[in-house]
Amino acid sequence: MFGEKVIELLKEADRNRETIDQFNDEKIRQIIEEMHVLFKMNMDDANATTENKSLWTTVQVRHSALERNKRCLLAYLYNRMDKIKTLRWEFGSVLPPDVRELLSDTEYDWFSKYSTNLAQYMRSLGEDIGYSGIDLTENLRPPKWLYIEVLCLTDYGKLELEDGDVVMLKKNSRHFLPTSECQTLIRQGVLKQIV
Amino acid sequence: MSTEDLDLSADEEEITAETVLKTLQSAWQNERLAPEILPHRNDMVECMLGQIQHMERNINKLPKTDLRACIHKMELNRIKYIICNYLKTRLNKIEKYCISIVNEERQRTESGTNYLTPSEFRYAQEYLVNMENHLKNTVLNHVPGRMQTFEHNKMAVYPNLQSHVFLKANSTVNGIVLEDMIGDQDEEIDLEEDSQHILQYKPIADLVKNGKVQLV
Repeated sequence: MFGEKVIELLKEADRNRETIDQFNDEKIRQIIEEMHVLFKMNMDDANATTENKSLWTTVQVRHSALERNKRCLLAYLYNRMDKIKTLRWEFGSVLPPDVRELLSDTEYDWFSKYSTNLAQYMRSLGEDIGYSGIDLTENLRPPKWLYIEVLCLTDYGKLELEDGDVVMLKKNSRHFLPTSECQTLIRQGVLKQIV
Repeated sequence: MSTEDLDLSADEEEITAETVLKTLQSAWQNERLAPEILPHRNDMVECMLGQIQHMERNINKLPKTDLRACIHKMELNRIKYIICNYLKTRLNKIEKYCISIVNEERQRTESGTNYLTPSEFRYAQEYLVNMENHLKNTVLNHVPGRMQTFEHNKMAVYPNLQSHVFLKANSTVNGIVLEDMIGDQDEEIDLEEDSQHILQYKPIADLVKNGKVQLV
């Protein structure tokens, strides 16, 4: 039946609402192929039946199937774009390799452009008053504590704080650090907050 | 917010840091609760950023163990969060409604009543172009002939202006016409100062924009 594959594609994406899964290259290729077949059949029938109107309903149904396929494909991509945006806010401009693999090349391309655009916007903030921009991704959660206790999960090395102090981040060491300065490291998985 | 140490520079414009913060807070609150994008308050954001810079310099003069430094830092963090969240909320709306916002903004720019800051507008346009290119490269360029067009009107997402909001009147407003969607019995209501209501967003949209009501 027409449009079956595209529904499979959407259902698959719908199952993992929170996370992003592998870009389904193969299925998209198949759907586009189905569209080409439908389109060709429609062209042939439409040319053959300028006089005879008995095939019009068939042509109509195929056309609806085409429209539907297109719409669903775009919905699939749009939905993934939303998820990729979240990745930019969570991981910053560099994606971890395992996440990078889930995106198609064009999606990665889009990610880089989105990232550049966002960075450009953030740099422009407060330009008129001599600010060099604000990183909006730093303050995602309302600040509750000025300092938090964190556990270091990897051998990160030296971390220089804003006030000039240098902290040595070693695996399994505990630190008491300013919240604002370790948010990014927490998201990258270097530090873990101890509640 | 303690403003003693910043008032000097602000007093010249007869506006205190406290008022700026209050205005910014209500702008933030409105922006978070309104379904559509509101006129920007870049003046307030920039003013506040200036104050933050000033305060940071003052804090750095204090010794690190001073209790005052800690309290001021905490306060700064909260203000920074408000600014960041305010700007981020706007960005989210711009991304979601980008087609309709870019179209409407073009008309608004012509009449000089733009809602977005220049950099937000640049961001919105760039975002739209990137989205269009991405969809074209991945799918649209590969589908047969006439299906290839990127249909702006079909892809556009519009904010739901019919949604209901909680609001508080800052001043008395008379004669708000509530349209009756089904019949033709329009209703007219008055808002008293400091009264609270639940209303559809659309009839009071202009009141939010000119500050007569506050969304809560």
